[in-house]
Amino acid sequence: MSAMLEIEFRLNGVVQRTAVAADMSALEMLRDVLGLTGTKYGCGEGECGACTITVDGRTVNSCLMFAVDCNGREVQTIEGLSATPLGERLNHSLVAHGAVQCGFCTPGFMMQAQQVLAEHPHASREEIQRGLEGNLCRCTGYRKIIDAVEAVAHPTASAE
Amino acid sequence: MTEIRDYVAPRSLADALRVLASGPATVLAGGTDLMPQSRAGRVRFAPTLLNVQGIDELRGVARDPGGVQIGALTTITSLLEDPLIRDRAPVLRTACDHFASSQIRNAATLGGNICNASPAGDTLVPLLVLGASVVLASAGPEGIVKRRLPLAEFLVGPGRTARRTDELLVAVQAPLPPAGWVDRYLKFGARPALDISAIALAVGGTLREGRLEDARIAFGAVAPTAIRASEAERVLSEGPLDRARIDRAVEAADATIRPISDVRASDWYRRELVHNLLRRVLNDVCDA
Ligand SMILES: Cc1cc2nc3c(=O)[nH]c(=O)nc-3n(C[C@H](O)[C@H](O)[C@H](O)COP(=O)(O)OP(=O)(O)OC[C@H]3O[C@@H](n4cnc5c(N)ncnc54)[C@H](O)[C@@H]3O)c2cc1C
Ligand code: FES
Ligand code: FES
Repeated sequence: MSAMLEIEFRLNGVVQRTAVAADMSALEMLRDVLGLTGTKYGCGEGECGACTITVDGRTVNSCLMFAVDCNGREVQTIEGLSATPLGERLNHSLVAHGAVQCGFCTPGFMMQAQQVLAEHPHASREEIQRGLEGNLCRCTGYRKIIDAVEAVAHPTASAE
Repeated sequence: MTEIRDYVAPRSLADALRVLASGPATVLAGGTDLMPQSRAGRVRFAPTLLNVQGIDELRGVARDPGGVQIGALTTITSLLEDPLIRDRAPVLRTACDHFASSQIRNAATLGGNICNASPAGDTLVPLLVLGASVVLASAGPEGIVKRRLPLAEFLVGPGRTARRTDELLVAVQAPLPPAGWVDRYLKFGARPALDISAIALAVGGTLREGRLEDARIAFGAVAPTAIRASEAERVLSEGPLDRARIDRAVEAADATIRPISDVRASDWYRRELVHNLLRRVLNDVCDA
């Protein structure tokens, strides 16, 4: 077995200490070691975005990241985002737009939507579409997801 | 999968080079190649995993006397957001804009893309057109030793480079193009995001009185490494850029490439793409 390492980082705002194997992915650490199962395993290869988390303020595929590399960093998962005002707005908008069917892709889409809105607070439809390119959904056909994020980016326009 | 006996994450370049000098180590940057390749059994870990992400001096874009110096740990996202790259090396910016997804661009480093040496590596084609070199560092008896190698010589084969096992890629150095420089970049794949290129090409040169001087053409995914098409470049440099010369350059490029057939495209299809896309790009430059 590979070497075990003690690491320390901030997880959803709280200091977290844990031991991980040197070859473990951040996704395995979150789900199997820390029990945070909101972050999903879809493909394990960077193709689907279901495992999207934020590291030092930028989204990455946690299935491609070595868990040891979390040491000293600021990590946010869907559990953390859901507890923020933006997370709640995204959540409500996705539900209101019927953008959740099986829901497997939803945590990844929410994390990546946060990234898109950080880059473009009033993101256009095209910017949303491009920003979400790394997330796959096999149920909704994407339109409703994009509608939902657009409604959060342009709250007054959609309130009419 | 092989086991990792030791994990080190130094904060300074000198410490990292000492680790590399003391025995076989696998370098970890963003991990976007290393993780899937090790899981698939395509790469075996050395006994030591050397995470270089903590070495801040390897990050960032800066002007230097020769042009621009880009640290090996600079991410594709940082390149996309950098004003110097946008204004002076737009061919590299365009390639970064076509690179994978937002999540991957946030993690993937320039050094990782170069050291992975995929024939389809997206930064390699624009860097070849810019005439970039790589800077490699190792631990010497009197401190850090650096050597510079043109990128074209660094890329040896699919997944193979001229890096010695005791060396770290620390930076990419490229001259900034002169006034009057024009360039184009095209990546062709089955879907826009997350697609490994079926082919990629870049063209650059200085447009002066109807001639494309110092013409440069590079291709990705049509040979064992990303390559310059020197013969086609020579054809272009010899006289005015007109339809006849473009035809001859396309023929010369066809003789240079050695495409393979794989799941993404057949040999024949890749040649067709090279013909049509190179002609389209050169016509576009000609009409500019
Ligand atoms: C889903 C998916 C889509 C992708 N799409 C694209 C794409 O569109 N275009 C593209 O070009 N690539 C693509 N890639 C490949 C990959 O993301 C890039 O090659 C990336 O730039 C690798 O950088 P990294 O920092 O993640 O490298 P790592 O995985 O950390 O390292 C890659 C290799 O380089 C070595 N290495 C890294 N840094 C150094 C250094 N400084 N000195 C010496 N050796 C070093 C490592 O040991 C390893 O062998 C994709 C990958 C995935 C999983
Ligand atoms: S599980 Fe990470 S991208 Fe699919
Ligand atoms: S809702 Fe099922 S995968 Fe998106």
